[in-house]
Amino acid sequence: MTHHGSAPLLVTGLVLTAAVAYLVVASGVPRWPVGRTVRWLLGVAAVGAALLGPLGSVGGAAHDLRAHVAGHLLLGMLAPLLLVSAAPVTLALRALPHRRARVLARLLRSRPVAVVTHPAVAALTDVGGLWLLYRTDLYALAAARPPLLAVVHLHMLLAGYLFAFSLIGPDPAPHRPGLAVRAGVLVLAVAAHDVLAKLLYAAPPPGVAPMPEAGMLMHYGALPVHVALFVLLGREWAAGQERARRRAAPVGTAIIPRTSEP
Amino acid sequence: MRTGRNLAAGALLGLGTAAFVDEAVFHQILHWHHFYDRASSDVGLVSDGLFHAFSWFATVASLFLVSDLRRERSFWGRRFLAGWLTGAGGFQLYDGVVQHKVFGLHQIRYGVDLAPYDTVWNLVAAALLVAGVGLTVATRRAARLPV
Repeated sequence: MTHHGSAPLLVTGLVLTAAVAYLVVASGVPRWPVGRTVRWLLGVAAVGAALLGPLGSVGGAAHDLRAHVAGHLLLGMLAPLLLVSAAPVTLALRALPHRRARVLARLLRSRPVAVVTHPAVAALTDVGGLWLLYRTDLYALAAARPPLLAVVHLHMLLAGYLFAFSLIGPDPAPHRPGLAVRAGVLVLAVAAHDVLAKLLYAAPPPGVAPMPEAGMLMHYGALPVHVALFVLLGREWAAGQERARRRAAPVGTAIIPRTSEP
Repeated sequence: MRTGRNLAAGALLGLGTAAFVDEAVFHQILHWHHFYDRASSDVGLVSDGLFHAFSWFATVASLFLVSDLRRERSFWGRRFLAGWLTGAGGFQLYDGVVQHKVFGLHQIRYGVDLAPYDTVWNLVAAALLVAGVGLTVATRRAARLPV
């Protein structure tokens, strides 16, 4: 995040801890899917790539809008999608001792968690934060103050995770609303992201040099993640249809042959 | 017969296709359209953003609908085509009339006399739409549903 002090060291430490912790815990859980471990490591790598190296350094992120947008795509969109798909909560529930796992499960069912993990709330927290960052003085303020920039980055990652979790993923989500609500919120969030990208193309945040390419990057770079989210919602719908057909068919009868099995 | 679902799947992909052609051909290949010409109204910008978002949802949703229809062996090509033509024509006409002209979001091309471009654009859209509605009515008769 900055060349002053120990921030890169801290980030490196946190990223490595997240990777090693998941590996250690997953190795203790029988038949934990390898794909989830791979997605976790890729997600953690995306976080590292956004915060370390040329993208995360001052003179990079803080002053080059393109680098900052690239950071947003990695830290706020790609990493959360990968991390949520890696089912960290399920892993924790499987690995924790019985009593603690039940505490965690109860926490997930609680009212505050229900509120913050509602797609509309999560979308507003995530995309709303981005609007504040790019349309107010916050960007210039954060660029000049490393601690504030760290908070901005942390918010990007957490809000992105919350939004991805509110929509998709294998982790238990007792409050998750139906597919229609989630798809509707996602369309609105994608639209808000797209409008913000166009505005960024037309005008940089206050106090920052114009850079239309940043807006284009934000628009086109986000597309793969947006499409991936739609595809994951579609897969969930298709699996539901398949389950309904199986329930409807009498036990023991051959159902229509399926072309593919997930 | 799944008449509604076949039609909906076609319409969604039609909308997605029209939006994709708009993006790929007119923005990326010809460079006639501009990413954002800074002259748009706010409502135009929001309309464009919503359509961009919805067109991707529509494309993905349609592919899952078709896959599911095929899995239960109720995919009906002509009905799907009826929906596709209606969706593509409808979106194209909306883009040509409302987004280009009413909202002034962006024009088809810059630095030229727009009249012939607008005419061709909207005639193609209307032709697709008319063909789509015609085929919808025809397939509905074929399914012996009340018109």
